[in-house]
Amino acid sequence: MKQQIILSGLGGQGVLFITRVLAEAAVLKGLEVLTSETHGMAMRGGTVISHVKVGSFSSPLIRSGKADFGIFLHPRGLEAHQGYVAGRDGIYVNTDKPGEYQGFDATGLAARLGSPVITNLVFLGHVVKTAKLFCDERTIREAIEKISPSRQLELNVKGFETGFKGDL
Amino acid sequence: MGKKDERILMGNEAIARGLVENGCTLFASYPGTPASEILPAVVQFSRETGARLHTEWSVNEKVAYEVALANSMAGRRSAVAMKQVGLNVASDPLTRSAYLGVVGGFIAVVADDPGPHSSQTEQDSRFFAQFAKIPVFDPSSPREAKEMIGPAYALSEKYEIPVMLRPTTRICHSRQNIPCAAPRVSSGKADFKKNPGRWIATPQFLTELHRLLNEKLEKISQEETLAPRRSPGGGPQEKELCVISSGVAYAHTREILEDMGAMGDVDLYQVVMPYPLNRDFVGRVNRLYKKILVVEETYPVIEMQLSNSVAEGRRSGIVPGQGELTPDVIEEVLEKFLGRLLREKAPARGKGVRPTLCAGCPHRAAFYAIKDAFPEGIFPSDIGCYTLGMNLGAIDTCHVMGACISQGAGFYHAYARDGRDMPTIVVTIGDSTFFHAGIPALINAVFQGAKFILVILDNATTAMTGSQPTPQVGIRADGQKGTPVSIADLVRACGVRFIRSCDPYETGMLSALLKAADEYTRKGDGGMAVIIAKHPCVLDREAVKSQPVYKVHVSEDCTACRHCLDNFECPALIFAGDLDRVVVDDILCIGCGVCETVCPVGAIVVEKGGKG
Repeated sequence: MKQQIILSGLGGQGVLFITRVLAEAAVLKGLEVLTSETHGMAMRGGTVISHVKVGSFSSPLIRSGKADFGIFLHPRGLEAHQGYVAGRDGIYVNTDKPGEYQGFDATGLAARLGSPVITNLVFLGHVVKTAKLFCDERTIREAIEKISPSRQLELNVKGFETGFKGDL
Repeated sequence: MGKKDERILMGNEAIARGLVENGCTLFASYPGTPASEILPAVVQFSRETGARLHTEWSVNEKVAYEVALANSMAGRRSAVAMKQVGLNVASDPLTRSAYLGVVGGFIAVVADDPGPHSSQTEQDSRFFAQFAKIPVFDPSSPREAKEMIGPAYALSEKYEIPVMLRPTTRICHSRQNIPCAAPRVSSGKADFKKNPGRWIATPQFLTELHRLLNEKLEKISQEETLAPRRSPGGGPQEKELCVISSGVAYAHTREILEDMGAMGDVDLYQVVMPYPLNRDFVGRVNRLYKKILVVEETYPVIEMQLSNSVAEGRRSGIVPGQGELTPDVIEEVLEKFLGRLLREKAPARGKGVRPTLCAGCPHRAAFYAIKDAFPEGIFPSDIGCYTLGMNLGAIDTCHVMGACISQGAGFYHAYARDGRDMPTIVVTIGDSTFFHAGIPALINAVFQGAKFILVILDNATTAMTGSQPTPQVGIRADGQKGTPVSIADLVRACGVRFIRSCDPYETGMLSALLKAADEYTRKGDGGMAVIIAKHPCVLDREAVKSQPVYKVHVSEDCTACRHCLDNFECPALIFAGDLDRVVVDDILCIGCGVCETVCPVGAIVVEKGGKG
């Protein structure tokens, strides 16, 4: 199994957390994993990107047009980052507006859930449901349980499961 | 051995784990992207494993280097970490430590930032190692960074020489599954052996120390275990072409060559120690290969040591002379070198969204008040979150740590000597930067008769790099209580006579203080004026809990003039195209209420009783 995924968003949206979730899930599956993250000034609301490479790779970065999937927590990341993804079928965008991508309004669903801060996990749930990722939802949930701080655990799992269901 | 303990570690955490496992007894650092996460991980792993070591966020990199160096002189394994430009600050103790050497193993972790992503230069610390005459290791993955710590300590102790570990951003901020082990037995008891000829080393001793250093480097360049490695995957015979690479550029290069099925066409070498470059290797590759390509970040360190005028790389122009060597860049370089097009490229990428100060950030309030009070002022500033004041037009310069105060002085003297009308000069500096390098600059400004306003933006943390505590707070790196050092006391001791303090959320009061400070700097017997704008960083959740929360909304009186968007730029104030006016994003708004005074027509309404 080899898979390359980019995660895009704005600083503060929780891109780093779902990067870690995917990395943990890979290890739970017994797979090699390499990720690359954005830290520093861009985290203050600027465009951020993570690269996740599952399987046998030596470089932590993904080349243009080589990502199997792009998970966009904000549509404003598209301009900068959609070039990484091989085809538009692999582009998943958190948005309520239609476009040349797989759109899903995770922000709206998280708001209806009463917890806008878990938009990232709601969207991850949706992507795990609809995209053929390297692992299934059980492994992802286990990874979320493993790395969530205890005060956040219940909410994170709820967010993920709601996204997976697609509705409240 | 029990069950294999494999974890996902960020490169910086992997380095920290390597230090703890290899018996480091003192670790000092100053925060700076991309090196900031090493120290918290050292603290965590030392707690977890029961390793006894002293950790500190030193006041700057020079101090960190010197503290760690003395621990090594007492015979104990030590390490220091910083970003590449931090090494500029620590260069003085670094260069001399090469001559005098070390006793307990000493590793300087210096994180480079090709690109740069979060730095003021993209300088190559391997060059600094060469300049200082110390060996440098260049890891190509987080796992390798951890695995290099043991050999680095061994080399340091064998030759009594500081060793540099030079990761780059892509190593520091990558994660990988990495095996972890228990710490090995730590260094011996502290035992400083007096040796004036070595530790005082007046000039009469230095030629001999330099000769010894040269001898060490000569031997290190012949250490077989540290020689460049030929990557597996090629055929048994050496080819006509070879690619020499190091660091993460090697990881990219290898993956691309494998991906293209080109490993059989070239010999690929990984240089694990770019300086001193292995002596036999240089002779061998120059003899064996018709064409040589060097792929390295950021400067031509290996390339220049090859002393081969036809080797291709940064100097021949085949590799761009600047910028990060991303896999996309390297792919093009390899295409040129191999003379074949590998694939069609995806279109170029756009720019993305620029970062901005957080909603409720106290810096924004201070900047707005400063810009409002002195629209024609000159605003030197410095390095930290507050550099984002450039979005508000409230800073005019950002040079290096602490430079803003000296720039304020320089601007003052420029206008004063010229006899021109003196513009109001307002310098802004963060609390951590003030401690780091601002204090000598302030003493100098006072003593040399400069008169300007210095606003110390005291948010009680080093926010940009991940909220490391600063000395006035009194909490040390490991969470223990330290002795707080008061900023106001320091300012007073620097000779400043006008010192005021206020909460920048109170923009009216800050404006009044700024006016009073301006008058003071213009009086015949006036001088430097310092205002300490004190409000905790809003990323400090506990601090935010203790501040009042207001309900903020924008009324229909909004004329869509965009004054608030352009001059205040709070991410919680957004333009709603469908309503043709500004609205408040309730998710982002923290209810600080500062924006109330910003709207020219009073359309931003702030009421008591916001979300708690």
